[in-house]
Amino acid sequence: MTTVPGLRGRAAASAISAALFVALVALLPLVLDDFEASQYAYVAIYFIAICGLNILTGYTGQISLGHGAFMAVGGYTTAILAAKAGVPYLLTIPLAGIVAGVAGLLLAVPALRLSGLYLALATFGVALATPALIKKYPDLTGGSTGLSFDLVSAPSWLGLSTNDWFYYLTWTIALCSLAAAWLLLRGRTGRAFRAVRDSEVAAVSFGVHLPTYKMLAFSVSAFYAGIAGALFAIVNLSYVSPETFALRLSVYLVVGTVAAGLGSLWGIVFGALLIEWLTVPSFEVATVSRTDLVDIVNAVARTSIDPQALGISDFVFGAVLIGVMLLLPTGAGGLLRRGVTALTDRLYTRGRPTS
Amino acid sequence: MLAFTWTDFAQQVVSGLATGSIYASLALAIVIIYRSTGVINFAQGEMAMFSTFIAWWLIADPGGPELHLWIGFALTLAISFAGGVALERLVIRPVEGAPVLTIVMVTLGLGIALFGLAAWIWGADTKRFPSAFSTRTVDLGGVIFSIQDVGFIAVTFAAVFCLWLFFRYTKVGLGLRAAAGSRDASRLLGVRVSWMLALAWGLAAMLGALSGVMAAPTIFLDPNMMRGVLLYAFAAAVLGGLDSPIGAVVGGLVLGVTLNLLGTYVSFFGGEMRLVGGLVVILGVLYFRPAGLFGKTAVRRV
Repeated sequence: MTTVPGLRGRAAASAISAALFVALVALLPLVLDDFEASQYAYVAIYFIAICGLNILTGYTGQISLGHGAFMAVGGYTTAILAAKAGVPYLLTIPLAGIVAGVAGLLLAVPALRLSGLYLALATFGVALATPALIKKYPDLTGGSTGLSFDLVSAPSWLGLSTNDWFYYLTWTIALCSLAAAWLLLRGRTGRAFRAVRDSEVAAVSFGVHLPTYKMLAFSVSAFYAGIAGALFAIVNLSYVSPETFALRLSVYLVVGTVAAGLGSLWGIVFGALLIEWLTVPSFEVATVSRTDLVDIVNAVARTSIDPQALGISDFVFGAVLIGVMLLLPTGAGGLLRRGVTALTDRLYTRGRPTS
Repeated sequence: MLAFTWTDFAQQVVSGLATGSIYASLALAIVIIYRSTGVINFAQGEMAMFSTFIAWWLIADPGGPELHLWIGFALTLAISFAGGVALERLVIRPVEGAPVLTIVMVTLGLGIALFGLAAWIWGADTKRFPSAFSTRTVDLGGVIFSIQDVGFIAVTFAAVFCLWLFFRYTKVGLGLRAAAGSRDASRLLGVRVSWMLALAWGLAAMLGALSGVMAAPTIFLDPNMMRGVLLYAFAAAVLGGLDSPIGAVVGGLVLGVTLNLLGTYVSFFGGEMRLVGGLVVILGVLYFRPAGLFGKTAVRRV
């Protein structure tokens, strides 16, 4: 029938969209106050982590409930290098990524034989056990009291406040991460990842070496998480503790990734905003904070629940999460998959009969 | 380094069996749900914690009915069973056959919701929880153990025996096994499959309540209490084979004893490093023998 229509138009649209995004990121601090700038620095950090987890879960189809642990590896690498070895903090960021990437490679070895639920279970165990492992070596990690290093301030020639510096530093790295992910995923490697996700058997028969690509996906996404963890340590006023990277963070990262959907820039922004919104009760997106959710429940159900009460925001969040998953019959994952299949079908198999 | 004596060793084994029986009952809950609905329930720990709070409210809360211990426990089991059935109907059934990620997210959401609800109703401070058994110690040929340890082991074995009778000799139990084995065939034979799955969740919630009530006197009651126990239960279930109920029980007991001995004799695994021991078991078993000790090796059709 027809040749692929609008491919060039679509490329132009995404280029415009990306340029728009860069401009938005660059100009946003003009309307943010100092404190909000630091909150949006955290959004950038989650953006990086979701970019990474998206490569593993979204593209390669491997579930990880343990990415908070890789953020912990990154954060602690930065803190230890800066506090104990006096390494300049900017230099620790790539190193944190590399150490976390190696950790990801190590976890990938037992994970190679696992898929689906088993992988979720194994990585869940990693997330649960990481704080214990951190506390085991207090000389290195500071144990349960945590570890701090010298406070960071903006280079004097920039004339920025510390929080603005955090904002620009994290978002610069976030944009680079996004570009790198795009370069990695658009070609042969990205196709191999998607083949592994859609059918391992088919991927193998097309000559995709499963262990290589699974290990690659694991270590790249752990590298991203490590970078995110390093930045977290810096923005968290140069302090890390075992509780900084608790199980809940790993869960939020998966929630953010599912919310982000597959490969869409604005989706990742949405996912990252969602994580910050879940983590910080006072953080407002479109003037709605997490505690406002309870007010909405109060208004709808005519109840009078105190939004500040302990645990209530967790309860509402859990209930909403379940509700969202139930309302999409095949789940958000299935919806994404359907969207992507529709898209790739249009790109590659148009005009051929579908079986 | 501790000097090795056989009495110490025997003592560690007995107390390991006692903690192992806590892991075993939660592992059994995970296995029953996995076998019947193909779901790994990441909310199992929070469900057990919630049941334990209900027990605490029935028995020990000054503002509650302050029932007699055993009446309170029996009532807790009944409430947990009903709660498990309700959760399956409300939350799990709609996502039957959905992608793995969806199911994982739903159980995680369930866990967070129950955590929040417990913290909202009962607060996050740590509470003392009464034990059904005396913690008085008995000296048997130099091996000192508490009545509570023996009680826990006995309760777990009794629960397993009842379950075995239920699955082996009752029509409902057989129906449940049939539904887990082949849904379509059992539907044709007149088994009400969807209710069987709800029943499995009810049983699992009961077993979770059992493990929570046994764990709480030692580790105290708070919304986080079952987090570590859940890791051990996963390890036990994986060790025994995720689809094997007997495996879960054996796995739990073996794990309890092993971690206890490791904690005593290998200084690396002392204290909180027990959790890492549990993780090592999960990763090791999944790597070297994914089917576990008693599980069936799945053959994948290509």
